[in-house]
Amino acid sequence: MGEMETAPKPGRDVPPKKDKLQTKRKAQDPFPGPAPVPVEVVQKFCRIDKSRKLPRSKAKTRSRLEVAEAEEEETSIKAARSELLLAEEPGFLEGEDGEDTAKICQADIVEAVDIASAAKHFDLNLRQFGPYRLNYSRTGRHLAFGGRRGHVAALDWVTKKLMCEINVMEAVRDIRFLHSEALLAVAQNRWLHIYDNQGIELHCIRRCDRVTRLEFLPFHFLLATASETGFLTYLDVSVGKIVAALNARAGRLDVMSQNPYNAVIHLGHSNGTVSLWSPAMKEPLAKILCHRGGVRAVAVDSTGTYMATSGLDHQLKIFDLRGTYQPLSTRTLPHGAGHLAFSQRGLLVAGMGDVVNIWAGQGKGSPPSLEQPYLTHRLSGPVHGLQFCPFEDVLGVGHSGGVTSMLVPGAGEPNFDGLESNPYRSRKQRQEWEVKALLEKVPAELICLDPRALAEVDVISLEQGKKERIERLGYDPQGYDPEAKAPFQPKPKQKGRSSTASLVKRKRKVMDEEHRDKVRQSLQQQQQQQQQKEAKAKSTGARPSALDRFVR
Amino acid sequence: MKVKMLSRNPDNYVRETKLDLQRVPRNYDPTLHPFEVPREYVRALNATKLERVFAKPFLASLDGHRDGVNCLAKHPKNLATILSGACDGEVRIWNLTQRNCIRTIQAHEGFVRGICTRFCGTSFFTVGDDKTVKQWKMDGPGYGEEEEPLHTILGKTVYTGIDHHWKEAVFATCGQQVDIWDEQRTNPICSMTWGFDSISSVKFNPVETFLLGSCASDRNIVLYDMRQATPLKKVILDMRTNTICWNPMEAFIFTAANEDYNLYTFDMRALDTPVMVHMDHVSAVLDVDYSPTGKEFVSASFNKSIRIFPVDKSRSREVYHTKRMQHVICVKWTSDSKYIMCGSDEMNIRLWKANASEKLGVLTSREKAAKDYNQKLKEKFQHYPHIKRIARHRHLPKSIYSQIQEQRIMKEARRRKEVNRIKHSKPGSVPIVSEKKKHIVAVVK
Repeated sequence: MGEMETAPKPGRDVPPKKDKLQTKRKAQDPFPGPAPVPVEVVQKFCRIDKSRKLPRSKAKTRSRLEVAEAEEEETSIKAARSELLLAEEPGFLEGEDGEDTAKICQADIVEAVDIASAAKHFDLNLRQFGPYRLNYSRTGRHLAFGGRRGHVAALDWVTKKLMCEINVMEAVRDIRFLHSEALLAVAQNRWLHIYDNQGIELHCIRRCDRVTRLEFLPFHFLLATASETGFLTYLDVSVGKIVAALNARAGRLDVMSQNPYNAVIHLGHSNGTVSLWSPAMKEPLAKILCHRGGVRAVAVDSTGTYMATSGLDHQLKIFDLRGTYQPLSTRTLPHGAGHLAFSQRGLLVAGMGDVVNIWAGQGKGSPPSLEQPYLTHRLSGPVHGLQFCPFEDVLGVGHSGGVTSMLVPGAGEPNFDGLESNPYRSRKQRQEWEVKALLEKVPAELICLDPRALAEVDVISLEQGKKERIERLGYDPQGYDPEAKAPFQPKPKQKGRSSTASLVKRKRKVMDEEHRDKVRQSLQQQQQQQQQKEAKAKSTGARPSALDRFVR
Repeated sequence: MKVKMLSRNPDNYVRETKLDLQRVPRNYDPTLHPFEVPREYVRALNATKLERVFAKPFLASLDGHRDGVNCLAKHPKNLATILSGACDGEVRIWNLTQRNCIRTIQAHEGFVRGICTRFCGTSFFTVGDDKTVKQWKMDGPGYGEEEEPLHTILGKTVYTGIDHHWKEAVFATCGQQVDIWDEQRTNPICSMTWGFDSISSVKFNPVETFLLGSCASDRNIVLYDMRQATPLKKVILDMRTNTICWNPMEAFIFTAANEDYNLYTFDMRALDTPVMVHMDHVSAVLDVDYSPTGKEFVSASFNKSIRIFPVDKSRSREVYHTKRMQHVICVKWTSDSKYIMCGSDEMNIRLWKANASEKLGVLTSREKAAKDYNQKLKEKFQHYPHIKRIARHRHLPKSIYSQIQEQRIMKEARRRKEVNRIKHSKPGSVPIVSEKKKHIVAVVK
């Protein structure tokens, strides 16, 4: 429309300026096309492993897979673009030229930071009731701590509002929130007790006796307990049943940690090994030899890529869990670390006596570099419990003098997802979330080293099905697989059809079929060889010699 | 030292008043959402179970006929009206929303063999055992008027079926031969026949409106061209076809309901192999009708059940049966693709939902979103054994269930023997015929 030339009016032989400007504007677009998206961010959202080669399948399946891959690329680009909408930035702490961040003390940080963040640093002096262990709830809003002499308290640490404070009149060895801030599990001297957040005792589970450590698997609603008797017990808190009681066969269990990526429990033993457990199996999934002496602490980061262990040999090692299980870095500590914890952004904290050291990595994906600590702090007593607060730049330390909350800039994930864990949720939102979480509770049998294993093709059942079709019909109408070599195990049937005689008969049917195929193939091969021989004999031609008998 | 701490302003995360919506910030980072696959699997399992819990397809039974219902017809413009013809010559017009009969006509002496509506919806035609074709007004008689047909045509032979053209004022009847009638004339404008046996049903193609298909009792399906007034081609199957139905979305596809318990979907251009053989009924299939989407069809069988098949699959996705429903003679899918009506031997017309667990009525946007999400989940995880087992589970009456088992054993025995025959004879001497081609005898042009 701008190209239409207006006839110059009498008295005006210069065309109107507007047209020229419009054409000029149209010609230049310095950034044509959609905005570019950084590749690493797109990679973060890709779930299909394109490097794996799939076995050859039908044309229809292949075309569907191609469509799915193209769709996944598109959606990962869109998700990467939506990162623009994330409101918060992570914290940071940088020293000026040459300054070592490890020398910066908490008081300096508190002075330099805004009032709201400064209020997150506090010290609870509780010398009377023994060294404390602590736990933050999953949203990071509530804190529960329990002292060795029986003091148990739960509060909203942001508003400093106390929910309950009781003395259970027994030694408290460990304390954990269950799925929300409404329920607490306390491992007391004799048995495991469950309390309401008002301090009312709800359950006393006598089957879990002399528990030393507790871990809660949030998506499976399982409470894992490690006891002095050497048993690892999984308790389903939604139905109240003990799902599995596994004998670890390694003596007293003192060191336990969970891998948040695949819900596998890591137990550290006194012979220097760390074993990985799932409630579905009676034997450990894996055993890793980590240290020359006993293992004193284990921690796994939130993506399940790195495991930090410390042992009696004063070493602190970081292992690679997704692939080689080899140590990535090692550091000798002057004093062995009795407690380890990872933050959401990959910072590692070690509690050595009454000192805590924090190490940081380059970014979210890389392991913490153990060369130089990021921050250190000395507490008023030996450390007994460590946990980073989720979604906040705060580290909670339980020690023999009480509970301290330290500021660690850059520790917490800045942008939470409102539908998963929302620190600002109302009561109604919590109730809705609880119902949805219970409905999608993952059954305990699905815990394994690779949480995406359910999305793989089930090759074993495919082959079993094929063998059964051969047994029933004499051939497999759905395809021919020349590589199938595993021996046929007839599936046991009910109602007396599984007697030895009938099992043998069924096995023979399949074996006869395969035997017949083999014989036919070998006959064909022999015939081919014969023909080749004759062809060769004919081609060599003229005179038969005495040495012909040695020709193959 | 440069330091910044993560500090959130609660005003950005908490709503201002009780009347506002809650704020829900989202972060789609996969590390914040672990266990994606197991959680989706559990959600798919729940969705499948709930689908079975809410699967209550039976809506209503229309009572009133005094003899078995022989044929059904839909009103082309009004979703709530259906017409039915019974074996005692009675034709009733029903209102589906109020579930009552609004008009009764004693149309014929003897069976009402066929009923069809005109494309504009103002009148309908019936044929009966008294060799007549009658045209009636769709609106009832006025005050003081008698119930009289608009037009009566007396024929020489019994007519067994009727169908009206989708666009022109032409209809076709079948009996001894296929006659094409103009509405104003009393004699057919042309008669077409191929072979000497009686023809049981005739259907016009809704897309290519000049094509017709008919089924004869000498086991063939004949296709006719109205413009040339000749039969085009025919395909001979190994058992008789009861009815055919054209796909309203695909111009050349039709499905034939056969006596050998199967349905065959043919492409008119290549009749030597059916596009798909649908095998799930355990008794003769009496009627078939397509959904207006063209993706599914419903079939009624002698075995007191109706089944819904997708066009591209050979197994049914749904089976409906009731203790009170006896042999189902005719079935129709309503024009909004949501309901199925079937007329049966015991004088009742039943109304069913096409999707058994669908919630009827207007859905809110949240309900729609949840329904779509559950549908996608069920589709994604449909091959997992536990989910497949639940989705496939249908309660069947004992007679159908035991017949299915028996027929499966017989089929497998036949297949095994054929395989053995091929294995133990000279290669090439026993021809291997695919399942699709097995039932076709010949195609004649």
